[in-house]
Amino acid sequence: MNQTLRVCQTLRVCPLYMDTAIATPAPLQRAPSRQVSWAWLGMLPFLLLMFAFLIYPSLTILSGSFRGQEGEFTLDNIAGLFQANILAAYRVSLEVSAITAVVGACMGALLAYAITWGGLHGRVRSGVITFASVAANFGGIPLAFAFITLMGRTGALPVFLRNNLGIDLYGNGFSIYTVQGLMLAYLYFQFPLMVLIMVPAFDGLKREWREAAANLGGSSLDFWRYVGIPILLPSFLGATVLLFGNAFGAYATAEALTGSKVDVITRVISRQIRGDVLYNPGLSYALALGMVVILAISIALYVWLQRITTRWLRQ
Amino acid sequence: MATPSASSSSRRKPSLTRIFAWAIFIVCAAYLIVPLLTQFDYSLRAKRDQVGFTAYTNVLAIPDPAKAVTVETSPPKVALSLPKFYSSLLFSCLMAVLTIVVNTAIIVPTAYWVQYRLPRFKPAMEFFTVLPFAIPGIVLTFGLLRTYSGPPFNLTNTELGTVVMLVGAYSILVMPYTYRAVDTGLRAIDIRTLTEAARSLGAGWPVVILRVILPNLRVAVLSAALLTFAIAIGEFTFVNFLFPDERAFGSYLAAIGRNKIFEPAALTIISFLMVWAAVLLIQRLGRGGNQTQVTGIR
Repeated sequence: MNQTLRVCQTLRVCPLYMDTAIATPAPLQRAPSRQVSWAWLGMLPFLLLMFAFLIYPSLTILSGSFRGQEGEFTLDNIAGLFQANILAAYRVSLEVSAITAVVGACMGALLAYAITWGGLHGRVRSGVITFASVAANFGGIPLAFAFITLMGRTGALPVFLRNNLGIDLYGNGFSIYTVQGLMLAYLYFQFPLMVLIMVPAFDGLKREWREAAANLGGSSLDFWRYVGIPILLPSFLGATVLLFGNAFGAYATAEALTGSKVDVITRVISRQIRGDVLYNPGLSYALALGMVVILAISIALYVWLQRITTRWLRQ
Repeated sequence: MATPSASSSSRRKPSLTRIFAWAIFIVCAAYLIVPLLTQFDYSLRAKRDQVGFTAYTNVLAIPDPAKAVTVETSPPKVALSLPKFYSSLLFSCLMAVLTIVVNTAIIVPTAYWVQYRLPRFKPAMEFFTVLPFAIPGIVLTFGLLRTYSGPPFNLTNTELGTVVMLVGAYSILVMPYTYRAVDTGLRAIDIRTLTEAARSLGAGWPVVILRVILPNLRVAVLSAALLTFAIAIGEFTFVNFLFPDERAFGSYLAAIGRNKIFEPAALTIISFLMVWAAVLLIQRLGRGGNQTQVTGIR
């Protein structure tokens, strides 16, 4: 409507339906440029919120990363990231995030398969989706509590295994307060998230394709190998990247479960916020910037994979 | 395996597929349920050789006023004589409500405006709504504290300022979900006709948004609100640094975890039930849709 109006204005013609507009010529005379600048103002509250609580703090981190004690430009903070203990913390974080993302993605995709193409419909399907939504939102401190009760030194699982099967988990070097323990806890929210992302993807695979494959003499295995998996792959990989970011930024679970026993990068930053002994303001900015850079790369990857996905799975 | 029976769907699936599917289901379900079951079992054992709800009553019971902890919630200063469970939950609920109000007040008009007048802004909105994913909670906390705990904007030395920071941070966190829910809601209604009808009847913009658009977005706004609740209530990363006095529910949970044995188990079950309630309500609202693929920060 607006567009037509503008075209008519420039062509100095009026279509029939605009008779009323002629009767009240006021809107016609308003210059389009003034309308645009006014429309922009509608975005102001949103842009202010974004600027004040996201962009400005991010810029603070960015500029702080390249500034020394006197406010001069320096690369020392970035160079400071390459200390052994900081690199180790980054490595632990990357390891935990990558492994839980891949394992969680596989588990989640299999479960999504089971409740869509695997034939577990009806109650099982809706039950899994509800439970997965809850579990994906259930992280942080209560999750750590639950895993300590289950797999702590005197937890239910080690005690059960010792008394009934004679397996001594803790005697064999297992502990929930380690990187492995952290991964087990992270998986609890990782694979349900995968289920939630993959169920629509599996639903988007058309049954007709299966029939077409069968008509051409393809087996079920052929269908998955040549049709199903190639189509789902971008969305699977995209979701895996999402899970990676999900675990990489996790702080509360790590704090409550392993505390100081495992140094993930979020905990190193939290210590810098508190201003502990190793406090170095410049370095703490660089630590935060490092996390943002890694996440930004993974999100760019995700957006790219998402583009490929929508090409095939558009409803 | 190659029987072309796909049209009659899964009932006649080869049994191998179904056995495989059931096996996956059982393993995954066990992973999700066993930790909760053992935690529930543990929470019932607060009294030696006895199964009971002692841990729950320890947490939930309202003791006689003499023993109660007095906590002041802000911004409206209300002095409460309640166990810390309630006062911290109330504080977190208050923060959630403030976030919901701020977020709805900003996102609904913005999404509407972009859809109605500034469709060219859509790619920019897509970009903005992805940004919060790049800034993890702990980094945003750090950035906010470094930005607003000194001149020129010193927010951390007043109660109100800290609340503003927390609500602002939560708004950023839930913004992608709120925006997407509202945007989907807007696509489902004919905003152009509605707007033009309302405008031609003499309605001003506030009336259009409040009395025409907003009622049509009830479901989207309510789901976003419930989600904000689910995220804000147990949230730990921000409150741990912005309110170190263990005023919020998340830090209360952490404190109980450090000091008590059976109560953390009871609180795990209670938090799980709260998230469950929020998710069920969202699903009810969405009428069968599974649009809750969302996570808070951990």
